[in-house]
Amino acid sequence: MSTPIKTVAVCGAGGTMGAGIAIVAARAGFRTLCYDTQAATLERSAKDTQAFFAKSVERGKLSPEARDGILGLMSRTSDLTDLAECDLVIEAVFEDLSVKRGLLTALDEVCRKDAIFASNTSTLSITEIAAGSSRPERVVGLHFCLPAQLMKLIEVSPGILTSKETLAAGLGWCAAAGQTPVLTQDKPGFILNALLVPFNNDAIRAIEAGVATAVDIDKAIKTALGYKMGPLELIDLVGLDTQVRLCEAFYPITLDPRASAPPLLRRMVAAGLIGRKSGRGFYDYSGQAMFGA
Amino acid sequence: MTYAIIQNGDSRSFPEGDAFLAGGGVAGKAEVLVLLGRPRLAPDPAKAAVLVELETECLGFHTGEDMVEPSNVVGFARYRNGNDAPSPLVELVRQPNTTEDALAAARALFEGAGLTVVVSGDQAGRIIDRLVRPKYNAALKLLDEGLASQKDIDLTCRLGLGYADGPIERTMRGGLAEHHDISAALFQVYGTPAYAPARKALVAAQRRDEAE
Ligand SMILES: NC(=O)c1ccc[n+]([C@@H]2O[C@H](COP(=O)([O-])OP(=O)(O)OC[C@H]3O[C@@H](n4cnc5c(N)ncnc54)[C@H](O)[C@@H]3O)[C@@H](O)[C@H]2O)c1
Repeated sequence: MSTPIKTVAVCGAGGTMGAGIAIVAARAGFRTLCYDTQAATLERSAKDTQAFFAKSVERGKLSPEARDGILGLMSRTSDLTDLAECDLVIEAVFEDLSVKRGLLTALDEVCRKDAIFASNTSTLSITEIAAGSSRPERVVGLHFCLPAQLMKLIEVSPGILTSKETLAAGLGWCAAAGQTPVLTQDKPGFILNALLVPFNNDAIRAIEAGVATAVDIDKAIKTALGYKMGPLELIDLVGLDTQVRLCEAFYPITLDPRASAPPLLRRMVAAGLIGRKSGRGFYDYSGQAMFGA
Repeated sequence: MTYAIIQNGDSRSFPEGDAFLAGGGVAGKAEVLVLLGRPRLAPDPAKAAVLVELETECLGFHTGEDMVEPSNVVGFARYRNGNDAPSPLVELVRQPNTTEDALAAARALFEGAGLTVVVSGDQAGRIIDRLVRPKYNAALKLLDEGLASQKDIDLTCRLGLGYADGPIERTMRGGLAEHHDISAALFQVYGTPAYAPARKALVAAQRRDEAE
C-alpha cells in the first residue's frame, strides 16, 4: 500500500516502545527521526538498535547492505525543532496525559500544518490527548504491541475529532510499514487491553479463591486453548507493578470490577514480588538468575 | 493402571470412537472406575479411585457436601469447545476430603492415556470456564457496542496475544447457545455481571429453545 508519508519522527525513541517503533519505521524505508529529551537514553537505544540489526544479519534475515541502508535512514535528536519537516510524528513518551498534551502543544509550533500526530498510548484516551493540540483532527491512535520491532499488530483508533483523512493516513501508513492494523474505537484499553487486563485479574482471583495453583491455571489455559503463555506467566513477564498501574488506569473509568486490582496482586507488589524483573512473582526465577542464560 | 468404564449416556470427554474407551476392562477387576455420561455415582471404597465425569455441575452434586469421611471419588472433565474434538486437557476436581491417593490414581490414569492433567477445587466452572466465559461475554459485548469488527477483535487476540483463535470465532464455533448455558450456570453461582450471558448468546439460546 502506498502512503504519501516519507519522514517519520518517533518521540520518546530512547524508551522501550519508541526504540521499537523507530525500527519498524526505518526497516520499512521511512526516513526516521528519533527524538527524546534524554540524550543518554537515545544513545542507549541506538546501540540496542545496532545490536538488533546485527542479529538480523547474523541470522541471515538481512544483508549487511540492507542493514546499512536502514541505519542510514535513522537519525537522533533532542532538539524538537528538527521535527519541522516530518509527515508523521508518533509519540511514545511517558504515559502521562499532561506530558503527552504538552508535547503536542509544542509540536504545533514546530511541525508543518499537514503533519499527522499519532499516539501510542495504552490507557489514555486519544480524544483527551488530542485536546493538547490545536489540530485535533490530525491526531490518531496507533497502539503498537511490545516488542514493537517484532509484533505486527497496531490498534488504530480515531478520537472524536479525528478527520477521516487522518484515520485513512494512519491505516495506510501501518500497511506501508508492513504492519497489520486493526480499527478500534477510542475506548479504554482499545481491544487488546480491554480483554487482557480483566482476564489476567480473573486468573489472579482464581488463585485467591483457591481454585487452583498458578502452575495449573497456566497449564490448563495453554493446553485447552492453545495460548502461547498462561496468564500468570504473562503477568510475571509484564510485571505485577505494571498490572496494578493498568488496573488503576482502567478501573476508575470503566468501573468494571474485573478491571480492579485483586488484593493478592497488591500484596505481592507490596512484598516486592513483581515478576521476572525482581526474580519472583507467581513463579520463582531465582534459579535462572543464578545460573544465567 | 487398569480401569473400567461405566457409561450412562454420551460422554463429552470421551466421545464414541475415542481410544480411551477401548482400553477399559471389567469393573470387578479394575483398579479405577470411570463413570461417564451424566453418571450415577455408586461409591466403591475398594477402588483406588472412582472418577465421575462432570458437566457444569459440582462434584458435590454427586458426593454430597458432608465431606467428613475421606473419599476416593474424583471429578473430571476433559475440556472441549462445543463440538470441537476434545482437547488434551483433563481438569480433575477434588473436594477437601478427597484423598491424595485417589488424586494420584486419577492423574496416573489420564497421564498414562497421553492427556494433560490439572487439579481444580470443586468450584463452578473449574479453571477454564471460570476464566474464559467472562472474557467471551466481554468480547461479545464489545462487538455489540461497535468497539471493532469481529474480524479485528479476533485478529487482535491472535496477533497481539498469540492465541490460537480469537474469542468470538471460538465462541461461535463452540455454539453461542452452549456458551449461554455454561455462562448462565456460572451466573447462578457467582451472581456477578461478568457471567451474565451476553445478549448475542441469550438470543441464540432463545432461538434454539423456540425451535425445540
Ligand atoms: N511498555 C509497553 O508494554 C507498552 C506497550 C504499548 C504501548 N505503550 C505505551 O508507549 C508509551 C511509552 O512507553 P514505554 O514503556 O516505552 O516508556 P519508557 O519509559 O520506556 O520510554 C519513554 C521515553 O519517553 C521519553 N520522554 C518522556 N517525556 C518526553 C518528552 N516530552 N519528549 C520526548 N521524549 C520524552 C523518556 O526519556 C523515555 O525515553 C506509553 O504511552 C505507553 O503506554 C507501552
